[in-house]
Amino acid sequence: MSGSPTYVPKSALGRWFESRLPIMGLVHSSFVAFPVPRNLNYLWTFGAILAFMLVAQIVTGIILAMHYVPSATLAFASVEHIMRDVNYGWLIRYLHTNGASMFFLAVYIHMFRGIYYGSYKAPREVLWILGVIIYLLMMATAFMGYVLPWGSMSFAGATVITNLFTAIPLVGTGVAHWLWGGYAVGDPTLNRFFSLHYLLPFMIVGVVILHVWALHVAGQNNPDGVEVQNVERDTVAFTPYATIKDLFGVSIFLILYAWFVFYIPTYLLDADNSVPANPLVTPAHIVPEWYLLPFYAILRAIPNKLVGVVALAAAIILLAFLPWLDTSKVKSGKYRPAFRIFFWLFVVCCVGLGYLGSQEVSDTTTWIARILAIGYFGFLVVALPVLGLIERTKPLPASIADAVLAKTKPAEAAAPPASR
Amino acid sequence: MIRLTTNFLAAALMAAGMTVAFAQDDAEQPKPERQSWSFSGLFGVYDQAQLQRGFQVYKEVCSNCHKLSIPFRALEDPNGPGYSVDQVKALAASYQVTNDEPNDKGEIFKRPGTPADDFPPPESFPNDQAAAAALGKAPPDMAELAEARKYERGFPWFIFDALPFDQYQEMGADYIYAILNGYTKSGDPQWNLYYPGHRIAMPQPIVDGAVNYSDGTPPKLDNYARDVAAFLTWASEPTLAERKKIGLRVMIFLIVLATLLYFTKKRVWSGLH
Repeated sequence: MSGSPTYVPKSALGRWFESRLPIMGLVHSSFVAFPVPRNLNYLWTFGAILAFMLVAQIVTGIILAMHYVPSATLAFASVEHIMRDVNYGWLIRYLHTNGASMFFLAVYIHMFRGIYYGSYKAPREVLWILGVIIYLLMMATAFMGYVLPWGSMSFAGATVITNLFTAIPLVGTGVAHWLWGGYAVGDPTLNRFFSLHYLLPFMIVGVVILHVWALHVAGQNNPDGVEVQNVERDTVAFTPYATIKDLFGVSIFLILYAWFVFYIPTYLLDADNSVPANPLVTPAHIVPEWYLLPFYAILRAIPNKLVGVVALAAAIILLAFLPWLDTSKVKSGKYRPAFRIFFWLFVVCCVGLGYLGSQEVSDTTTWIARILAIGYFGFLVVALPVLGLIERTKPLPASIADAVLAKTKPAEAAAPPASR
Repeated sequence: MIRLTTNFLAAALMAAGMTVAFAQDDAEQPKPERQSWSFSGLFGVYDQAQLQRGFQVYKEVCSNCHKLSIPFRALEDPNGPGYSVDQVKALAASYQVTNDEPNDKGEIFKRPGTPADDFPPPESFPNDQAAAAALGKAPPDMAELAEARKYERGFPWFIFDALPFDQYQEMGADYIYAILNGYTKSGDPQWNLYYPGHRIAMPQPIVDGAVNYSDGTPPKLDNYARDVAAFLTWASEPTLAERKKIGLRVMIFLIVLATLLYFTKKRVWSGLH
């Protein structure tokens, strides 16, 4: 996919620089001349949206870090200071907190797109696994970020999640004490969470670079799941086609983001986090942020602590094995009608688990959560392997170009394309 | 196709069942009713006169037990109470504030406040422990109270609350208004209709005629509750008016940008056969 001609800069200065550090050629072959399947839909703009959100979070986060104080006695007040006294501090803060939620919204759409269209299948397995690593890093970053304001829910969330480590046999309590820097969540915990919260996004940047590199080796998947056969007929150059489409996608996403930041900025903020942390007072209902709710529901549904923690970890780690769990040779869900049904059931399980994660525990919610959790794991370890072996798929198009022609000009689908 | 429909129906029924199960709590524990506020909606702003009355209620009634950890100078906010610089200086000077540093002899001392200082805690309760010892439970700091008291709306209302033209973000103010009006059992000063479990640590703090308004607004509990709820909402989010103003410009800009990008994209892609 990187078989484009060597880039030769127009100016002498450009050629001088390029012969010493060929970065312009790299950008040109990756983002200008790079061939992109011509049948991509708007779900493929989420990669660019995610890159934008990562930069937005880092920029707003670094500015916040200039005013935030990571101390148990001063953290809450420093956030108040940012909201009230720092010029546009309220805007930076709302951009950062709502940006995290938008980041996860985009990443979930991006992941569900990958599952539906089989983007994790050969030759993109490493691309997918890098994505799972990014997802794990994102969850860790977001969790630690939520602790930083040192509100009541920050403290409670930190306590609940770090206590999960005590489930590890033999060394669990020791590990928890080591993480806490004490015998409970406290000032040392807050300090190290701040340090790690600042570090992890840059690790995410590194893995994203690997992720984009892996993508550019194999090329994008596409909604028909048929690999590119003829670069001229099946693809278009990244610039201007994908560039302008990504820009449009980002602008629509920004409208949603701006709606949250300017009109409903505290919609996703738990009321209890506007109360300063008090180790002696626990919130009535402890809930994590919405993007962690499905895993929280799975954890609560299982009565045994260690098994619950293992299930929580498995729910995420299993995703890395999707390329091998799914036995189907057909990539795209568009041509797999039976798979589509199970895919949407899986989505219902995820959304249902998310809702249950936000509710108080009762007998009803527990047994529904158990059923949905069985649905979640069932999809991954039963439905996907079995479906590939027994399903009847629809016939695939001969090529991407044929798929595009069939869609746009059904009467002339058999006619040859105009000569180029 | 039929299997798809059946599966969706099953999921929908499950969701409906869950809604019914959770709605049964509302009969015993009513949610605060939605009030109309000047600061709600796309173009909301604070009503300066209302905030000044609300501040008067806070100062004469609530400040006896509740802290308000905002600086005096915040009262000069033109989008808020809008007091003049001199008024705020005089107000601050009427309070005794503990100095940060000891004096030359090493003694901690009190001095008249300046606009840069925060409102000091109530004189009788310099810290939470003293308040809890006297009152049973420390009254919460009011600086973020309106934000801390927004209540759960439940499914499906929380979906509608996020949508444009109805974005409902004033749950905190409605809750405060409801609590102040919720002492409906005359014999029991700590019974409150809206407080979870109906047992609230704060006995009825304010009744008709408790505060004399100077601008002619009737001295009724309804007005006190409304005004102090608006004041506390301002205290927890002074930048609300600026946020909505900038938000309007940003949304218009982004919608125009998205439209232009859409047509540009269409034009660029039309070049392909």
